[in-house]
Amino acid sequence: MYIIVAGGGKVGFHLAQELIEANNEVLVLERDEGRANAISDELGDVVMRGDSCEVTVLDAAGVSRADLVAAVTGDDEDNLVICEIARSRGVPRTIARINNPKNEMLFKKRGIETTISATHAVLSQIEQELPVTHHMIPLLQLASGLELVEFKLPERSPAVGRSVREVLLPPESLIALIVDPGGVPRIPGGDTRLHAGDALVVVTRHDSQELLREALIGTTHGLDT
Amino acid sequence: MKVLIMGCGRVGARVATLLEDAGHQVTVMDMNPAAFKRLPPTFRGVTRVGNGMDGPALEKAGVQDAGAFYALTQGDNRNYFASQMAREVYGVKRVICRVYDPEREAIYREMGLETFSPTIVGAQVMVDMLLGPKGS
Repeated sequence: MYIIVAGGGKVGFHLAQELIEANNEVLVLERDEGRANAISDELGDVVMRGDSCEVTVLDAAGVSRADLVAAVTGDDEDNLVICEIARSRGVPRTIARINNPKNEMLFKKRGIETTISATHAVLSQIEQELPVTHHMIPLLQLASGLELVEFKLPERSPAVGRSVREVLLPPESLIALIVDPGGVPRIPGGDTRLHAGDALVVVTRHDSQELLREALIGTTHGLDT
Repeated sequence: MKVLIMGCGRVGARVATLLEDAGHQVTVMDMNPAAFKRLPPTFRGVTRVGNGMDGPALEKAGVQDAGAFYALTQGDNRNYFASQMAREVYGVKRVICRVYDPEREAIYREMGLETFSPTIVGAQVMVDMLLGPKGS
């Protein structure tokens, strides 16, 4: 398959890497020169510099013969327009990354298939393979607008040693499941005590994730994402 | 008719004023409250601070009752996004979208929007000023 990846950020880079490994013909479009060079250093001659919202850039990339265009920039409006241009050029399949889950409906209405709200899912999968400790892993978006997020409690977590009832969660958030370090899942009650190394599956709103992170991981910023 | 305008730049403010003078009920949105200073002191319509790409902000501005929507921000893609929100999600009947890039304009039009490219129109007017209008 010939696949154009629009946007060479973290998501675009890893997506391209995986698609190349799966023997696809891949072209990454990236506006920023430094970023484009970094990708070609890693992945070889698979990058074209340019703004993928520009029709001329997509045409130069041979968009009309692409089997798939994945628009994975950090801006939903750009991703929408990239997919629309691709479709107007006859691309049979377009996938857009959605950065704001609220925008998913519009992409659906426009018939842009498989809207990966999975920035989340894709990224977390990708990031699980990196040798960094990730304490917060988005799992799934529910149709209701709620999300499932996994939190791994570090030693320093303010929640460690407390019972579920004692942990102050943001509104519309709920600890649905606790998996202890031995891999045993439990449905928690108010008295269930939390331990370092527990994995909590939490139902929450996207807007509440920062508050949840503070409650379950602590406020150290920049150490882990 | 109720008209919602996204973007209170010089053009947005002027469109708002002209429509109001023509007897329509106008609401103008902009992310920057200072932008509303461009409206004349006589403007009686509604101003709303908010992002026109955001569903709840559009609802607060009354998109569901609007008979027409104008997307007049500086960003072609933002204008497209907001226009399709108004049309597809909120069912606004007339959606007019400004697009600077002529190439994109053609595509936006294919996607069902009423588009206007100041680049195309402005260039033509300026050429006509020198050479006379087409066909003359």
